[in-house]
Amino acid sequence: MSQIKVNSLASVASARSSETSSQGVGLEARSIHAWFGQKHVLSDISLDFYSGTVTALIGPSGCGKSTFIRILNRMHEFIPTAAMAGEVLLDGKDIYRSGVDVTKIRLGIGMVFQKPNPFPSMTIKENVLSGLKLAQIKINNSDELLEDCLVRAGLWSEVKDRLDQYGGTLSGGQQQRLCIARSLAVKPQVLLMDEPCSALDPGSTLRIEETIRELSENMTIVIVTHNMQQAARVSDYTGFFLSDGGPGQLIETAPTSQIFSNPKDKRTEDYVTGRFG
Amino acid sequence: MSTLIGNKPQQPLPDGAAIPKPIKPWKPTPKQLLPDLLGAITAVAASLIVVAVTPLAGGLGLLATFISISIVVASSISWIRQDRKAAANSVSTIVIYFLAAFVLLPVLSIIFEIIRKGAPGLSLGIFFNDMSVTSSDAPLNEGGLLHALVGSLYVVALATVVSIPIGLLTALYLTEVNGKAAGVVRFFVQAMSGVPSIVAGLFIYAVWMISFGGTYTTAAGSMALAILMIPTVARTAEEVLKLIPTDLREAGLALGATQWKTVALVVIPAARSGLITAVILGVARVAGETAPLLLTVGGNDAMNWNPFSGNNSALPFYIWKNFGLGTETAIARAWTGIFVLMVVVMIFFTLTRILGNKKGK
Repeated sequence: MSQIKVNSLASVASARSSETSSQGVGLEARSIHAWFGQKHVLSDISLDFYSGTVTALIGPSGCGKSTFIRILNRMHEFIPTAAMAGEVLLDGKDIYRSGVDVTKIRLGIGMVFQKPNPFPSMTIKENVLSGLKLAQIKINNSDELLEDCLVRAGLWSEVKDRLDQYGGTLSGGQQQRLCIARSLAVKPQVLLMDEPCSALDPGSTLRIEETIRELSENMTIVIVTHNMQQAARVSDYTGFFLSDGGPGQLIETAPTSQIFSNPKDKRTEDYVTGRFG
Repeated sequence: MSTLIGNKPQQPLPDGAAIPKPIKPWKPTPKQLLPDLLGAITAVAASLIVVAVTPLAGGLGLLATFISISIVVASSISWIRQDRKAAANSVSTIVIYFLAAFVLLPVLSIIFEIIRKGAPGLSLGIFFNDMSVTSSDAPLNEGGLLHALVGSLYVVALATVVSIPIGLLTALYLTEVNGKAAGVVRFFVQAMSGVPSIVAGLFIYAVWMISFGGTYTTAAGSMALAILMIPTVARTAEEVLKLIPTDLREAGLALGATQWKTVALVVIPAARSGLITAVILGVARVAGETAPLLLTVGGNDAMNWNPFSGNNSALPFYIWKNFGLGTETAIARAWTGIFVLMVVVMIFFTLTRILGNKKGK
């Protein structure tokens, strides 16, 4: 039974991998450690994310995937007890080097959160364009950008006649695509997605996976997911995180088809075949 | 009948087919309500009889008897018709209704009394005249309270202008900046909200009049009110801002915004209606304050349009003064003042609510 599941996931994954070509390293994590207070939650994670690819991070709850992804765009530091070590290189430069403008970093490395969080006081249109206002970017043709972002997020046809309604009037899946459109408007190089589909129904999940595939053509995408099928469907590379009670570690990283068909580590195999986790 | 009756594919309704009328099957029918109605009648009748045949007498006696009998009757009916759990439910329902009535009663009674005693003194004239050429003993159709009304509006408006920025910025410091001093600031804000209002008046009196040799002015009164208003605004606004999900702040920051931009464009708009409530509560806290004004505005029977110089009156001051005079017309003027104060505060609240809800949610 589990063998069948592995095979089917692997075939999905290999079909996916063959159609993409990596365009060099976009984002590199070098020996990342993380702490909350005295608790060491991530140990020595090094991982490269290639431009034009999707990397999925999988692993059981509490293994530090979300902490890791939040380190990649400096959201980690908003937790008062947080600390970290290591380097995150965007275009070869450490985003944690001193004197760096952290708002510029987050502009280049966007994030989509687990729960859809459109701004409640803004309309659909204002939500999409909010990044420009928030980051104080002036542009000439905002209507064009609005349509472009909503089309790329796969939401345009559903909302084009109700752009002046509030974001909260949309369904959960639509709200999440609105949040994706909002992230796209500031034209990030990298998009981090922390379990973007965990609160959504299967239909919306598929729509968002299509969106991810389309976006990955010219962006680096990192997605944390608990859904193995999703990892197999959307990602080119997969990293498996695990914590054995201590800090979370990166057990294995490889092209997605290999993780699901021929994992090197016994623990990866146990996890992707559903024997634990 | 174990066939799958309902499992045919749905057919469109044929033309002219009757759509069922919407009903509410969960509502009790009149027949089901009958025992409750009978129970209520029994309770009223029984309490009247008990009061008539026993030494219990007067409104208080009747009320006490009525409450106890209602509880007994309602719980017995529920117990007989259903079970012990339903009886317990009936008892708590009745107790809650009575307690709610006890809260409403004083409020309604106060409003009734204010209207009854304040309305006779009302006339258009009171909004166009002051008391500069009229004695308090003069008939009610002479003189007016324009000076007190304007004074009140001045004092409260100035206090609000000072308190809103200080109060909101304090709340933003506590929730958004959450700096090292947040604990100390929160402690002082809480301590300040417990300050008796006359202490605020004495503080301004001591600082402005005694130390700086100032005189009674409207502005001095509004400073005393601001001392009372700032902690109310700050605490309420803090609670409101705490309710805004961290998600929204992170979404703003993840879009490359500075913290200030996130607060200004995301957090404050999301909290808008709650922040307006914070301001309303602040105004409600001070609009009727009398003690601090007695020590700071000095009182005046004539109009004073300049808030920064000279004595002024205010509605609470006017009420206090007229009650103090004690003559029949003066007391009637005081009641009219109370009535006007109540209406002004109500108008203000309604306006703020309308303005606050103008731009949807």
